[in-house]
Amino acid sequence: MKRKSRWGLCIVPLYVFTLLFVLGPMLYMVAISFAQNKEGYGFSWLFTTENYEKMTDPVYVQCFVQSFRLAFTTTVLVILLGYPFGYFMARLSERGKRIMMFLIMVPFWTSSLLRLYGWIIILQVKGVFNMALVNLGILEKPLKILYSYPAVLIGMVYALLPFMILAVYSSVEKMDWALVEAARDLGASPVRAFLTVTLKLTLPGLLSGVILTFIPSMGLFFIADILGGNKIVLVGSLIQDQLTRGSNWPFAAALAVVLMVLTSLLIFLYRKITHVKDLEGIF
Amino acid sequence: MKKKRFPISKLYLALVTLVTYLPLAVVVVFSFNDSKLPVAWKGFTLQWYGELLEDRALLEALCNSLVLGAVSCAFAAVIGTLGAIGMARVSYRSKGMMEYLSTLPIMVPEIILGMVFMAFFSLLNLPFGMVTLVIAHTAFCIPYVFMMVKARLVGIDPSLEEAARDLGASPARTFWDITLPLIMPAVASGCLLSFAMSFDDVVISIFVNGPKLSTLPIKVYTQIKTGVTPEINALCTVILAAVVAVLTISSLVRRKTHGYEIEKEARK
Repeated sequence: MKRKSRWGLCIVPLYVFTLLFVLGPMLYMVAISFAQNKEGYGFSWLFTTENYEKMTDPVYVQCFVQSFRLAFTTTVLVILLGYPFGYFMARLSERGKRIMMFLIMVPFWTSSLLRLYGWIIILQVKGVFNMALVNLGILEKPLKILYSYPAVLIGMVYALLPFMILAVYSSVEKMDWALVEAARDLGASPVRAFLTVTLKLTLPGLLSGVILTFIPSMGLFFIADILGGNKIVLVGSLIQDQLTRGSNWPFAAALAVVLMVLTSLLIFLYRKITHVKDLEGIF
Repeated sequence: MKKKRFPISKLYLALVTLVTYLPLAVVVVFSFNDSKLPVAWKGFTLQWYGELLEDRALLEALCNSLVLGAVSCAFAAVIGTLGAIGMARVSYRSKGMMEYLSTLPIMVPEIILGMVFMAFFSLLNLPFGMVTLVIAHTAFCIPYVFMMVKARLVGIDPSLEEAARDLGASPARTFWDITLPLIMPAVASGCLLSFAMSFDDVVISIFVNGPKLSTLPIKVYTQIKTGVTPEINALCTVILAAVVAVLTISSLVRRKTHGYEIEKEARK
């Protein structure tokens, strides 16, 4: 008993920090979301639900819809690109795996902003991509990709792909190949064996990749900002705008609460479906 | 049949990796370009590297980022590791809730964390600057260390600790000599990951950095919005080279220790 209580002391720092700097701020935000906005700056502690009612305004509804659409499209593309990547990577030799891991980690460690900047250089009207295509005679005049929806999509997929790759990779890596072989021996076609065995066994990794891409893509306002040139307003950019220029904290807080409830719901669903507690891939 | 399928998968891996490196390559190439605008190749120059050394603001931002990453990573390492150990050994009712809460910072979109901290710090009247940055970054670094160490603790054979205790080692000694060395790899990779995340974070920092302090990502962000100077390209190239060097060394070291472990296994 005595020994137990002494080990219990270990969690004290985590407890204190979490209560003080995670739970505290979160509750404070929920409280603000029910406060009344004051014209100009600040808010007063009068209970109101108007911040939530305001969200039913078509403008904001559309913003949520747009964010979800972008997050959804991003996630689908990331799955299509990342799943095969993670799968193939896990089938490489030990040496090959090490090399690929190295190659994935290097960009991960360099500033994601600079890599986005690299995309700007590539995609701009007189950029590398356009000039190459024009000089090769494929295009007559340069494409305007930058500051458009496709550019934002490219940036999002690019930034989030590594998370999916790592999640799928660790799942496939752990998988027992004997099960796939058994399915094949019992007469299943390669496609059937993949769908019924491999896909099912790697579902936790895939879903964890989905969460690791879907949730951040709701909040990565700077990608839409840099590559989309203010044309695409996401919930993230809306919150930032309300905090800085609009200085309507209660409304920003209400938006954040809704966003958080939605993401918590997703994580809850993940745990229900996979019965796994931790997200796979980064841990 | 199998042999035929392999090249396609390798081709795919190579192609995607190539595209991944494309923007990096562009930044590196233009860091040597003799022109202010990243449009066309005008000739080789090292001018931007020279100017980088004189750009006090940029170097200061880099320095801030390094300090911030190191300090929050250190805090996160201590709090996260202790927390994971404590949680593994003690069971109580609110444990599940606590685990959920302590990993919340990486489960919610970054922007929420940023705004939450901004509101909370101004409530507490904390002056925005390094202190607020460190608190915010520590908050989202802890989950990485915590989860890594937790996963590692599950895999440790309890008989190792029991053996040490049976041989008369005190709990503290057992911890230092047995448990800590065993979880060290997890602590290290948790630290690496949290440092990388901290070093790259722009969303959270932008809310809590205050008017005077700037981190490297914030600097880059404002420059991208207002106009990029080629020094940034040069700085990125330097960082890239450093990253490649560190990763190469660490993988070499790991291979060596890994080899050592295998050798130990074989000797048993």
